[in-house]
Amino acid sequence: MDDPRPAPAVTARTLGVVTPQTARFDQPLTLRSGAVLESYDLVYETYGTLDAEGSNAVLICHALSGTHHVAGLSVADDPKTAGWWDNMVGPGKPIDTDHFFVVGVNNLGGCHGSTGPSSIDPRTGKPWGADFPLVAVIDWVHAQARLADRLGVKVWAAVVGGSLGGMQAMRWAITFPERVRNAVVVAAAPYLTAQNIAFNDVARQAILTDPDFHGGHFYEHGVVPTRGLRLARMLGHITYLSDDVMAEKFGRMLRGNDLKFGFDVEFEIESYLRYQGDKFAGYFDANTYLIMTKALDYFDPAREAGGDLAAVLARATARFLVVSFTSDWRFSPARSREIVDALLAARRPVAYAEIDSPNGHDAFLMTDAHYHNVMRAHFARIVAEAR
Amino acid sequence: MNRAAGQRQRADLDAIVRWVGEGSRVLDLGCGDGHLLTRLQRHKRVEGYGVDFDIDSVTQCVAAGINVIQSDLERGLSGFGDQAFDHVILSHTLQAMHSTERIVREMLRVGREGIVSFPNFGYWRHRWQVIRGRMPVSEDLPYQWFDTPNIHLCTLRDFELFCQQHGVHILERLVLTENRPVSSMHNLLGATALYRIEALR
Repeated sequence: MDDPRPAPAVTARTLGVVTPQTARFDQPLTLRSGAVLESYDLVYETYGTLDAEGSNAVLICHALSGTHHVAGLSVADDPKTAGWWDNMVGPGKPIDTDHFFVVGVNNLGGCHGSTGPSSIDPRTGKPWGADFPLVAVIDWVHAQARLADRLGVKVWAAVVGGSLGGMQAMRWAITFPERVRNAVVVAAAPYLTAQNIAFNDVARQAILTDPDFHGGHFYEHGVVPTRGLRLARMLGHITYLSDDVMAEKFGRMLRGNDLKFGFDVEFEIESYLRYQGDKFAGYFDANTYLIMTKALDYFDPAREAGGDLAAVLARATARFLVVSFTSDWRFSPARSREIVDALLAARRPVAYAEIDSPNGHDAFLMTDAHYHNVMRAHFARIVAEAR
Repeated sequence: MNRAAGQRQRADLDAIVRWVGEGSRVLDLGCGDGHLLTRLQRHKRVEGYGVDFDIDSVTQCVAAGINVIQSDLERGLSGFGDQAFDHVILSHTLQAMHSTERIVREMLRVGREGIVSFPNFGYWRHRWQVIRGRMPVSEDLPYQWFDTPNIHLCTLRDFELFCQQHGVHILERLVLTENRPVSSMHNLLGATALYRIEALR
C-alpha cells in the first residue's frame, strides 16, 4: 500500500468509480482458535476524506457474502457494479461521504482479495483451501484495527454493520471501547440460536458432502463444489426473505402455463432460488462460505462473562443505534431487543428502532424511508456533536 | 403516542422537571420527540431514556441525541429491569392506553417512583359541556369524540380510587388549571392532574 490516505473519488453527487486498495500486514495475527496468520492482505475501499484530526472515520463491516465494495461503482457507468450498500453510503446519503471518511474492508477468510482459503499459502505455494484457519468475529476486528492504524484512524466516529456486520460493530465496541464513538448494529443478534446454527450446518453439509469439495482442496482438482454452494445459497436465501414477501413476489406462480409433473423448474420461486444459487456459486468461494458461517456460529460475546451480555456490553462506551425489521425471522426484533435490554441493564446510551418492513432479513440492504431516516438522523447527530 | 395536550401544559412539564431528582435515572413513556428528556438532561443532568411506538418520534429522538426505545407500551415494559429507574414518567398518555392497569403496574415495577399526568375529566368546563349535551373539547382534551385517542378518561377521584384498589401509594399531587396550581375543590376546578406514585410495599 502506497498512500495511507488516498484521495477520495468524489464526483458531483455520486462516488463514481472507486478503486480497491490492498494493505499488507507482516505482523503475525494470533486468532481466537490459537492459530497464527503470519502475514495477510486486506482489500479495502475508502470514500470521502479523513479530516485532520482523524475523527470522521466510519467503518462498514460486511455480512456473510459481502465485500469491501460498499459504495460507488467498480466499472464506470455500470450501475450493476454499485457497492452492496450504495443506497446508504455516498454523498448526501444517510452515511454521508461529504462528512465522513468511510472504509469498507473485505474480511480475513474472504474471497474478494483479502487473505482467505483461495489465497496462496506461502508455506506450500498452493491455495490454503481447508487449511485456512477458522476465523472468529474478534479476529476480524483485530485485523480491522490494524487497518485503522494504517489509515491514521485512532477512533472510529462509528462502526456500522448489518447481520454478521452488526456483530462486528458490537465486538468493536466491546473490545476497543476507546476506539468506537458509535456502534450501529442492524438486523443482528447477540448470538446464534440453535435454529440459526442448524440452518448454517445444513448449508455447510451441502458444501462438505459435494463430491467436488475434495476436503476443501478442490482448487488443486480444477473443480468447484458448485452444487453444494448453490444449495447453501438457496437455503440461505429462504431465510433472508419473509413468508409474506415470497408470497407477494412469487406466490404459486408458474413459469409455464401448466403443471409439467416433473422435477424441472415449475414454480417461479424455484426459478428464482436456482438462479440466485447459480449466480452465487459462480463467484463465491466454498471455503469462505464455511468460514463465514462458522464465525456466525461462534459469535457469543456474553460467553466471556458467563452468559451475562450486559456485563460484557458494560465495557463499551459507544453510543449504540440498534435497528431491526419486523418481518426478519433470521434475526428477529426480539434478538435485537436482547442487545438493547443488555445495554439498558448496563446503563449504556442506546437508541432502538424496529422498522416495519415486509422484506425480512434482507431489509437491512434495501431502501426504506423510515430506516434511512433513522440512520440519517443518527449520522447527522454525529456530525453535529463533532462541531 | 399522544402528547398533544401535554405539550400545551408548560406548567405540567415544569412540575415534572421539579420533581425529578438531580442526576437520576428517568424513563419517559410516550416520549414523543424527546422534549421533556432534553429539558431533564439540561436542567437535572438525568440519565434519560424514552419509549415511543412511533418511528417518526424515535427518529426525532435520535436526531436530538436522546436515548429511545421503539416499543409498544400496550405490551408492557418487558426488557426493562425491576427498579432500574428512579422515575418513570407517563405524561398525558395514561388516558390513551388500553391496558391501564398493566402500564401502571409495569411503571412501578421498573421505577422506584412513577409520575403520571392526565387531563381531569371532572374539570367543571368538561362537566358543563356534558351537561349541555356534548362531549367536552378543551385545551386539555383537544379532540372531537370521533377522532380522540383518549379512551380511558377519568377524574381525579377515579384515579385516586384506582390507586387505592391497585396497591398504589400517592406521594404527591399537583392540580393545575391554565398553568396555575389549584388549591381547593380540585376535582371540579382542576384541568390537569399530576401524581407522584409508588408501589405499596
